[in-house]
Amino acid sequence: MSQHAERGDVVVPARPGRLRTFLDSDIVYSWKQQPVVIVATLVTLVMFAGALFAPWITPQNPFDPRQIDLIDAFTPPLTTSDFTGTFYLLGSDSQGRDVFSAILYGSRISLLVGFAAVLFALVLGTLLGLSAGFRGGWRDALIMRVADVQLTFPSILMALLIFGVIRGFLPRSMHAEVAIIVLIVAIGLSDWVQYARAVRGATMVEKSKEYVQAARVIGLPDRKILVQHILPNVMRPVLVIGTIGLALAIIAEATLSFLGVGMPATQPSLGTLIRVGQDYMFSGEWWILLFPGVALLMLALSVNLLGDWLRDVLNPKLR
Amino acid sequence: MSEAITTPERPAAGEHDVLLEVRDLARHFDVSKPWLNRVLERSERLTLRAVDGVGFTIRRGETVALVGESGCGKSTVARLIVGLYGLTRGQLIFDGEDISDLASRSGVQAAAVRKRFQMIFQDPYASLNPLWRVGTIIGEPLRVFRAELSATERHQRVGELLEQVGMSAADANRYPHEFSGGQRQRISIARALANEPEFMVCDEPTSALDVSVQAQILNLMRDLQKQYGLTYLFISHDMAVVKHMADRIAVMYLGRIAEIAPSDALFANPHHPYSRMLLAAVPSLEGVGRERTMIEGEVPNPVHPPSGCAFHPRCPHADARCSREVPVLIARSDGSEVACHAVEEGRIE
Amino acid sequence: MSSTPNSASSQAERVPAGDEPVLSVRHLRVEFPTRHATLVALDDISFDIAPGEVLGVVGESGAGKSMTGNAVIQLLEPPGHIAGGEVRLSGRRIDDLAEDDFVPLRGRHIGMIFQDPLTSLNPLFSIGDQLIETIRAHLPMNDSQARERALELLREVGIPAPETRLAAYPHQFSGGMRQRVVIALALAAEPELIIADEPTTALDVSVQAQILALLKRLCAERGAAVMLVTHDMGVIAETADRVAVMYAGRLIEIGPVGEVIRHPRHPYTEGLMASIPGITKRLERLYQIEGAMPRLAAIPAGCAFNPRCPHAKARCRSERPELMAAGQSLAACWLHDPVDPLPREPVGQGTDDATQEAR
Repeated sequence: MSQHAERGDVVVPARPGRLRTFLDSDIVYSWKQQPVVIVATLVTLVMFAGALFAPWITPQNPFDPRQIDLIDAFTPPLTTSDFTGTFYLLGSDSQGRDVFSAILYGSRISLLVGFAAVLFALVLGTLLGLSAGFRGGWRDALIMRVADVQLTFPSILMALLIFGVIRGFLPRSMHAEVAIIVLIVAIGLSDWVQYARAVRGATMVEKSKEYVQAARVIGLPDRKILVQHILPNVMRPVLVIGTIGLALAIIAEATLSFLGVGMPATQPSLGTLIRVGQDYMFSGEWWILLFPGVALLMLALSVNLLGDWLRDVLNPKLR
Repeated sequence: MSEAITTPERPAAGEHDVLLEVRDLARHFDVSKPWLNRVLERSERLTLRAVDGVGFTIRRGETVALVGESGCGKSTVARLIVGLYGLTRGQLIFDGEDISDLASRSGVQAAAVRKRFQMIFQDPYASLNPLWRVGTIIGEPLRVFRAELSATERHQRVGELLEQVGMSAADANRYPHEFSGGQRQRISIARALANEPEFMVCDEPTSALDVSVQAQILNLMRDLQKQYGLTYLFISHDMAVVKHMADRIAVMYLGRIAEIAPSDALFANPHHPYSRMLLAAVPSLEGVGRERTMIEGEVPNPVHPPSGCAFHPRCPHADARCSREVPVLIARSDGSEVACHAVEEGRIE
Repeated sequence: MSSTPNSASSQAERVPAGDEPVLSVRHLRVEFPTRHATLVALDDISFDIAPGEVLGVVGESGAGKSMTGNAVIQLLEPPGHIAGGEVRLSGRRIDDLAEDDFVPLRGRHIGMIFQDPLTSLNPLFSIGDQLIETIRAHLPMNDSQARERALELLREVGIPAPETRLAAYPHQFSGGMRQRVVIALALAAEPELIIADEPTTALDVSVQAQILALLKRLCAERGAAVMLVTHDMGVIAETADRVAVMYAGRLIEIGPVGEVIRHPRHPYTEGLMASIPGITKRLERLYQIEGAMPRLAAIPAGCAFNPRCPHAKARCRSERPELMAAGQSLAACWLHDPVDPLPREPVGQGTDDATQEAR
């Protein structure tokens, strides 16, 4: 055949660039169609950016005692302090901390704990789910029975329990410094089940598909089949659950901190701020509670809306 | 294709050497409920004898077909041969080498055998990894068996393979979802050809395709067979497709071979009552408005197969011996082998 | 639309005089609006089915055969909708009925049989309950009468010992038996029209024959019209009285079954018939139609088949052929233009290899 000689320089037909393809995709189209999702995306982005760039945006570092003036305590929102001349956008708290700054620094911790906990749960759940779904047998039975048992407890109770157990093993002096890690592990451990279940189900479906059998026919080892074929194909549901899970993890962290078992007041998350703020709810200083509460609500709600939308777009059958 | 002329269509009569020999192949699956349920419900362990004592040989360059209705075990035989499942019993001899333990082999030992055969699957939508580009999919056997190739060489080989199956080399950059079912099946075939196999197991390769596309794929498979002297094991439920493709046909029923015969002989004069039934049941264009011969009953649940000859409850010629004794394949003068007491005793032709 | 007197009226004449067709479809058009374009999934479909007649609708996947059935019973998946034409059931227009008015038609006047029996049967109820409920919903019967009727139906569809099977659940039946139950369910209210969409595709050949024979016999006895949608020419050959061949959302040929199979008039039908392997003859190569059916978004101008057609001329690329008389059939092809028929190109199997080589 004459084409043999020319095969080296394959002419690829002009294809639209990646960006063009992406902008034309159904996902972007669906995004543009839904104002609620657009708003949720914007809110999420603004809050992420605010948390990420907090040190450069905020007028003060609320954790640095040198920057706080006790005399400015309980300044109402949108007021300039009579004493120091500092303007407080969202007011100040009992210590004279700027509530706006505290919220941004607080969301930093909330988001850090949220992301890390989801990542922890996701990795653990995915590994266990892959193993259960791919190998089956006693591994599957064991992992899934543990998952079933764990599911019978509300996850916040599970997190409380794990939190308590881990703290019990640590010397008291370490509690404050490792609080954040303990919190991440507790929330992560309370949340791996749904990833494991989703991944196990998807793995069993993918495993039986013919492209996996085709890889087996040429003798590709299980490890490579898992990594190259199955894992990428089961990641979709995982990412959707992860997005919704992020909202849940942020709320779980806030709940724990609100109950006083999470972040200490020296490193307040949004939950800690709410706990502190509720003391002043009925004494007139409503802003100390209200603004962190609104911030938490907005963050959790918009991330959750994004997750729901992503689930609908990526897998309409889940509805 | 010019190469096709130089390669003989079929090996000369004297070279009819056996490429694959299947001896008393069996595969049982445990389909019991989980342990806890068994204990609580006091139910027994259940075994599905998907394949239960199947033996045949495939000569180099020929096409042997396995036909039968759903649940007859034909796909399981295919998967046993390519080492997707381990054997419960029996032996597989591939080109003189015992490969019965293939499913548990690994590394160089497995690769030496595995690179000599390939498999084509039924569902063109499930047989290609949806996240991989076509070039990566076709290149996969090359990466496994011919690691010495550079990326450029591999790319070039993928382009050649694509053109060989009637597609364009540029298709390598696209994703499976951009193609129709027939094109996907061509991609599947290109992948199967990549490691230059001698033997190809084809599991219902056209049953998910429309007839006009089926014709394209069947023609392509025959062209490739001539060009490379390929040996096919062809699995299908469609008698007409099997007639078109196969040199010899094995009719399976509930995990066993009922009859194995040269294609022409089987269609001209089927011996086993089940073969006759299958042939009579084929809807035919020639007989417009013709009523098909009605066969009573359905394939029984393979977990609880009938005693003796599994076909006896549906067989018009069954007697007491058929419900008691499992018939074995007995060779006949016309080159066919039939597992039927009635045929053996001369009760039916 | 009704002002264009064309093939459709000649089509109507094919129905035996005095027999009003049970189903009459005229210029049916179904559109799927997408964000890029409006796809025309069914384009100008016209046909009739007479009482007791079985019309086979064949075509490859995506040709619109199932959609034709779904359009008639108004079960189009959104955003698909009927965008033109009309559908009449025993003379009464039904395509413009609102969903609430349509619901009573399904089951009572139009019975439905789908490929997977499990989609028609509720797994949570015994088949007796489902049958009795269906019968009572459509016919004025009390419980014991309906029960008698259910038993009679089950006996008729060949379920052995129906008295003992009434209390059984769908999962306790085999595939073939389930499809028999579905047929009983579809016939329960004595509908005038049965729409059977690939009723035997999921079944083994031996069972297929039983089910088709049953379906054909029961409908003939009751004088019900049947629209049998399938991709399997063999099923059509055996069961249908007339065949409608679809391609890319259009009806391209319709005629008596023997005529369409033995003397296909449209080049696509010709190719389709030639590409089916038979069990009596064995060819070295099967005839193959080059290329693939166009996607709905890229249906060529003129005749939709023109890029794959060996006889295509300039006219085929610009002007769309209507159904024209061709032998005893109607075919939408300029080869059969009564005024100025196109000449046929000689086509041999040998050209296949040549075209392959050229690629």
